[in-house]
Amino acid sequence: MRIEQHPILGTYDKGPLVEFTMDGKAMTGYEGEPIAAALRAAGILQHRRTRKTGEARGVFCAIGRCTDCVMVVDGVPNIRTCITPLRAGMKIQTQYGVGPKEDAE
Amino acid sequence: MKRYELIVIGAGPAGLSAAIEGAKAGMRVAVFDENARPGGQLFKQIHKFFGSKEHKAKIRGFRIGEMLLKEAEEAGVNVQLNATVLGIFPEKRITVRFADHVEQFSGDNIIVATGAAENMVLFDGWTRPGVIGAGAAQTLMNLHGVQPGRNILMVGSGNVGLVVSYQLLQAGCKVAALIDAAPRVGGYGVHAAKVARYGVPFYMRHTILRAEGKDQVEGAVIAEVDDKFQPIPGTEKHLDVDTICLAVGLSPMSQVLRMSGCEIDDTPGGLVPKTDAYGETTIPGLFAAGDVAGIEEASSAMIGGRIAGLAAAHRAGYLDDAAFEAQAETARASLTQLRQGMFARENRGRTDLTETEEGYALSQNLLARGYVTEEELKAFPAASEKRGGVHPVIECTQNIPCNPCQDACKFGCIMVGRQITSIPQIDHEKKCTGCGMCVASCSGQAIFLVDDDYDETRAAITMAYEFLPYPEKGQKGTALSRAGQPVCEAEVLSLRRSAATDGTALLTIAVPKEFSMQARAFAFDGGVD
Amino acid sequence: MDKLMDRSADIGPFVPLPDDDMIVCRCEEITKGEIRRAVHDGFRSLTEIKRVLRNGMGLCQGQTCSRLVRSIVARELGVKPADLPMTTARAPARPVEMQVYAKEVR
Repeated sequence: MRIEQHPILGTYDKGPLVEFTMDGKAMTGYEGEPIAAALRAAGILQHRRTRKTGEARGVFCAIGRCTDCVMVVDGVPNIRTCITPLRAGMKIQTQYGVGPKEDAE
Repeated sequence: MKRYELIVIGAGPAGLSAAIEGAKAGMRVAVFDENARPGGQLFKQIHKFFGSKEHKAKIRGFRIGEMLLKEAEEAGVNVQLNATVLGIFPEKRITVRFADHVEQFSGDNIIVATGAAENMVLFDGWTRPGVIGAGAAQTLMNLHGVQPGRNILMVGSGNVGLVVSYQLLQAGCKVAALIDAAPRVGGYGVHAAKVARYGVPFYMRHTILRAEGKDQVEGAVIAEVDDKFQPIPGTEKHLDVDTICLAVGLSPMSQVLRMSGCEIDDTPGGLVPKTDAYGETTIPGLFAAGDVAGIEEASSAMIGGRIAGLAAAHRAGYLDDAAFEAQAETARASLTQLRQGMFARENRGRTDLTETEEGYALSQNLLARGYVTEEELKAFPAASEKRGGVHPVIECTQNIPCNPCQDACKFGCIMVGRQITSIPQIDHEKKCTGCGMCVASCSGQAIFLVDDDYDETRAAITMAYEFLPYPEKGQKGTALSRAGQPVCEAEVLSLRRSAATDGTALLTIAVPKEFSMQARAFAFDGGVD
Repeated sequence: MDKLMDRSADIGPFVPLPDDDMIVCRCEEITKGEIRRAVHDGFRSLTEIKRVLRNGMGLCQGQTCSRLVRSIVARELGVKPADLPMTTARAPARPVEMQVYAKEVR
C-alpha cells in the first residue's frame, strides 16, 4: 500500500521506521505520520466498534472532522488517529464504544 | 483580552491571502487554524491549476501552497496552528482552543475563511470501513504516501471526483468506475478526458446501492437511475472494489458565522453569509472569504481572501480610498476572469447549453462518457485540422477559464484572446517547431503534438505523461483511444522531462499513420494500474 | 401558527421502508427509521428531532449528517429542505473536553 515513488511527488519525507503495537500485535510505521496512515499501510481498516450496534468503523474524512477513526492510544480513548502522529512504542487499541475492549466487556 | 486589528480564522488559500493583504497594509494580524499545518487543502492538490498567469495557472496546487506560505512569512503573518476557533461572540470576540486551555480574543475585523466540508450520500453500508471521502483519499496518497485502497469506486463526477480519480491512477491504484446519478459529467471535460483515456469507465445516471462486506468494503453494487433518481430494477451491477470514494460536493463550513448573528442565506449550495462585494457580512467588520462564502475553486478563494483583506485594511484606515479602490478593482477584475464560461456560477447546473461561445457543438459524449469522439472533434478547428509536419492538436472543447497554452508557444501559434474562457485557436501561418511547451503547459492535458510525416508509415504523437514507470525509448506498448481502448501498437520514441514542466513528462510515441487522430494515451499492457 | 409546526396537520401514517435501518448520524448511530418515526410522533422541527434523538450531537457536531437529516425530515413532511430552518449553531463549534473548556487563560 505504500507508494515508494510518485510521478509528481517523488519520494515522501518520512521519519524513521518505528515499532508500535496494535491490539498487542507488533507493527511498524514511520514516526510522525498519522497513526491511521501507518495502519492503512499495514492493511488495517477497522479502527473501532460502535457503542450501540457494535459495527466496525474506520477512516472516513482523514482530516480530524468526522471522528470515525478514533481509537484508544496509550490508554486514552477518542484519539483521532487520522491527525495524531505515530510515535515509537505507541500502544494502539481498537476502541469498543468509548473505551478499550476490557472496559466494554 | 488580547485585541488584534485583524483576526483571520483558517489558514487555507483564502485565509492566508487575506492575512497577507492585511499585514502588508500594516495591520496587526492573528491567524488561527485548527490543523497542524497551514495551507488548508492546498497541499493535497497535486494537479496543475487553471486560469491565467496571474492566477498561477499551470502551477500545481501544493506549489501554490508553498508560494503562499513564503509570501505570508515575508509579510510577517504569524499563523497559530492547532488553534481551534470554537465560537464568535458579540463585539467580534472569539474563543480559541489551544492544546490544554481556551483563550478569548477580540478583533476589530474578523475574516472567516473556514472552508468547506464534504457532503455525503446515504446508501446501505456507507458507514463501513473502506468508504471514504475523496479528501481522505487525497490525504492518504498525496500527503502520506499510502494508497487509500487498491481498487476503487469513485462516486461523483464533479472536479473533485475527476481530479482525485486521476490522482488515484497516479498513486498506482485502479479506478474500477466513476459513477454519478446526474446525467452529465459535472466537472471540467478535460479532467474527465484524462481519466477516461486511461480506461476508467464512466457510469452516468448511476447510483450506489450498497457497499458489500461485513466489517469492511468487499465490493459495491451500483444501479442505473430513472429521471427521478430512483434505481431501475434489473440494472444492478457488482463491482469488485475494496474502497468506495465519495465526491458528492462540498458545503460551506459556516458554523461560526451562523453563531455570530450575521445574516445567512440558505442556498442550494449550503448556508452562506450574506456579503457585499468585498466579503463583508451584515455585521460591520466581519468578513467571509473562500469556500465558506460559497464553494468555488481555490484560485477564486485566494482572490476573495485578498479582497477581504484589503477591505479590512481600508476599514481600519490602513489604506486610503484611492489605494483600496485601485487594488480591489484589480483583484475583482481577476476574479471576474475566473467566473466566466460554462462553469460560471450563473451557468451551474444548466442543461440547455448546446454549443460553445464560439458556436461549436458541445460534445455530448464528453458529458455522458467522459471523452469526446473523433467525430465530435471535427467541430473544433484546433482539434481536427490536419496538415503536414508537426503541429498541435488542441482537444479543448468547453469554455473554461484557462490560457497558459497561449503564452507557452514562443512562436504565437496558439491564441486564446482576451477572454480566457475562449477555446484556443491555432494560427497555421506560424511555424510549429514541435518543442512541446504547449503540451506541457495545458493543465487539462488536452494538447497533443501530431506529426503525420514522422516516417513512411508512421505518425508521431506527443502527449503529457504523469505515471510511473516511465516508458523508455524503443519500448513497445499499446496506444489507447480517448475512451481508453487499445488502438494499435506504439513504439516509444522519446520521453522528455524537465524542471520547467514540474513532473509532466512529454512522451512521444510512433503509431501507424491511420491512427494519428485516435491514439491519445499510452500503456504498457493495455491499461494503467 | 407556523404551518410546519402544526402538529394536527395530517402527514399520513408512518410507513416502514426497507432502508429504515440505515444509519444517518454516524456518531450517535441514529437511523433513518428513527428520524422518520420522530416526525410522525409529532416532532416537526430539526431542533426538536435533534434534542429527542441526539442526531448531530456527537463528536462531529452534525458536520456530516445535518444536510442528510434535513432532507429526510423534509421528505416526510412533504416540504422542501430549504423550508425547514436549520438548528441553531452554538459554540463550541468543535468537540472540546470540559477540563479544557473550563480552563480559560486570560
